[in-house]
Amino acid sequence: MEKMINLKVNGIAVSVPEGSTILDAARAAGNEIPTLCYLKEINEIGACRICVVEVKGARSLVASCVYPVSEGMEVTTNSARVLDSRKHTLELILSTHNKHCLSCIRSRNCELQKLCKEYGISDENKFEGAIPPSEIDYSAAHLVRDNSKCILCRRCVGACKNQYVAVIGANNRGFDTEIGCAFNEELGSVSCVSCGQCIVACPTGALTEKDDTDAVFAALNDPSKHVVVHTAPSIRATLGECFGMEPGSLVTGKMAAALRRLGFDKVFDTDFGADLTIMEEATEFLTRVKTGGVLPMITSCSPGWVKFAEHYYPEFIPNLSTCKSPQQMQGAVIKTWYAQKNNIDPKDIVCVSVMPCTAKKFECGRDDEDAAGVPDVDYALTTREVARMIERAGIKFTSLPDEDFDPILGESTGASVIFGATGGVMEAALRTAADVLEGKSMENLVYSDVRGMEGIKEASYTLGGIDVKIAVCSGLNNVSKLLDSIKSGEATYHFIEIMCCPGGCINGGGQPIQPAEVRNTVNLKGLRASALYREDEGKALRKSHESPAIKFIYDEFFGEPNSHKAHEILHTKYVKREKF
Amino acid sequence: MRKNISKLPFNGTKEQEAKLLAAIEANKDVRGAVMPVLQAAQDIYGYLPFEVQKIISEKLNVSMEEVYGVATFYSQFALSPKGKYHISVCLGTACYVKGSGDILNEFISKLGIESEECTADGKFSLTACRCIGACGLAPVLTVNDDVYGRLTVADVDGILAKYN
Repeated sequence: MEKMINLKVNGIAVSVPEGSTILDAARAAGNEIPTLCYLKEINEIGACRICVVEVKGARSLVASCVYPVSEGMEVTTNSARVLDSRKHTLELILSTHNKHCLSCIRSRNCELQKLCKEYGISDENKFEGAIPPSEIDYSAAHLVRDNSKCILCRRCVGACKNQYVAVIGANNRGFDTEIGCAFNEELGSVSCVSCGQCIVACPTGALTEKDDTDAVFAALNDPSKHVVVHTAPSIRATLGECFGMEPGSLVTGKMAAALRRLGFDKVFDTDFGADLTIMEEATEFLTRVKTGGVLPMITSCSPGWVKFAEHYYPEFIPNLSTCKSPQQMQGAVIKTWYAQKNNIDPKDIVCVSVMPCTAKKFECGRDDEDAAGVPDVDYALTTREVARMIERAGIKFTSLPDEDFDPILGESTGASVIFGATGGVMEAALRTAADVLEGKSMENLVYSDVRGMEGIKEASYTLGGIDVKIAVCSGLNNVSKLLDSIKSGEATYHFIEIMCCPGGCINGGGQPIQPAEVRNTVNLKGLRASALYREDEGKALRKSHESPAIKFIYDEFFGEPNSHKAHEILHTKYVKREKF
Repeated sequence: MRKNISKLPFNGTKEQEAKLLAAIEANKDVRGAVMPVLQAAQDIYGYLPFEVQKIISEKLNVSMEEVYGVATFYSQFALSPKGKYHISVCLGTACYVKGSGDILNEFISKLGIESEECTADGKFSLTACRCIGACGLAPVLTVNDDVYGRLTVADVDGILAKYN
């Protein structure tokens, strides 16, 4: 049994496990302590001094987020001395902060702004400091950095390091300290994988996605354009959060209704593209097994992971499935089959995707992602961007009726819905592979070994007499461990699912930004994932190959999975990139 | 202080690289190896150019940014090479009130380089340092091991002429 430590927080006795911090103990005693730099397991450095508390006998205030409890400790979290100190710290942070809050994308969702309100800041210019020049870095495909809004909390640095990428850090010293890349390179020229985990970690408006909402509004208002949208599996489990709904709320019907009211000509579902991915990827896998192709085969749905492989593990490029991601497959089908069917020039189609992901913005600009000679996808919006569009258009999201996606590119199975959580692609592939290899429709639909939020999951199955060893991995720190173990010969697998972001797309860098106090205390990933599994359970069809829409598109257009035509339209290639 | 990154071409030799690799080998299992390796690299090359930091990053399996972050944090590390003659102008309190800032600016304009930079011919490099403990001679500067005190802006030409 773990040793318990007894202490008092604001006079109330509390007992917490040894090694807990004062912050944990205060929470157990029912007291909230504000934090700014602290992000559980990602940034625990006690730098910002917002979480200070008084400890009896200690000379100065201590940072509760990193200070361990000890027996008999007496802590005060809200004395005048503590509150004054926090206010003073805020005033000092504001002295060097670009306070253009009215036009800031994080207004009303800024952790600094919220604290200023809570601590009664009445003069944001109490101390006049030198505000760092607003040299905005637009170089990356997916994000914008404005260091004049940076408070040097280093949460983005922790998030980047937690992804094994670590291309950003604190450079220089003292007042010259700034977050940036080595040798002052722009983010667009270093080996950033575009995952956007830094954006969702940022408490202020220093980091934002590259906003495409104006461009999409312009397309919607252009009568010469046929504008279609498709939404990634995980968006239905997260979009509600942008409108004040609880994490884990499922808003599939409202989302379709909102997009239709925004004026999209067709509202499709990337889940169709996900079902198509399973058909192509499962077939590719079985072919590799039968013909002695390169194994393990690794999924290629996650563009952050693909870019990571290209920069950091190029020796695994032959292992990557050649399948385009669901976003790109969906776009490719829209610009080829759908365009022909409806007699629309693909150049006049604007294909917009709604993605949990900022790397999708990079992906739609990649080479060989243009089946019809024009980009498969024109704009990849994040969940946050589409929420802003809905808000700007005056659509009252929470009161919308539930509507369906448009046929047939909006039709899908439960297998594709679970793509949004780590293990989902593998489970969907297993449902189809099992049927194919056993030569009959298997009753089992749930592969619980691959579910859950652990970073690396392994399982073995015997399907149609073939032993298949698989792994499921999310979060690039875990990915590097897994790939190293394969390189050293310690581990062998046949098929691996890799997702760039920890927990998969439900925790992607394009998802709604939840403040640290939520991220530190709520199982956000678990709640969002469970919404997807609920949606899967409620679906009549839960195997990709059973989808009538999928059968139809193969009968009418592609012939069979991995056909010559499918290869031309639905597959792509990868390149080795520099590591910096 | 923000460090100036050298724009001069890298002229590292094979011998220097062998020494650096030996220093990395000796430290690679030490926790926090970046710091001692950077110190060794600075001793070997006199500064820490991109090419050197790249080797350290790759061999220690530490990101380039982490190496650069350490190199720019500590004032002892330089990103620009030292010239044959290294001019160090004291900006400590006593020297500063006696006008050493103007002297530094005079060197900047005469040499055409910023502080923390080296001339293209490798002859002179310039830095601003903190108190060197010779306040009685303020304002004071050193050129390698030579000390010059009680200076005015008018003395700058004469000092440079001695080494040209």
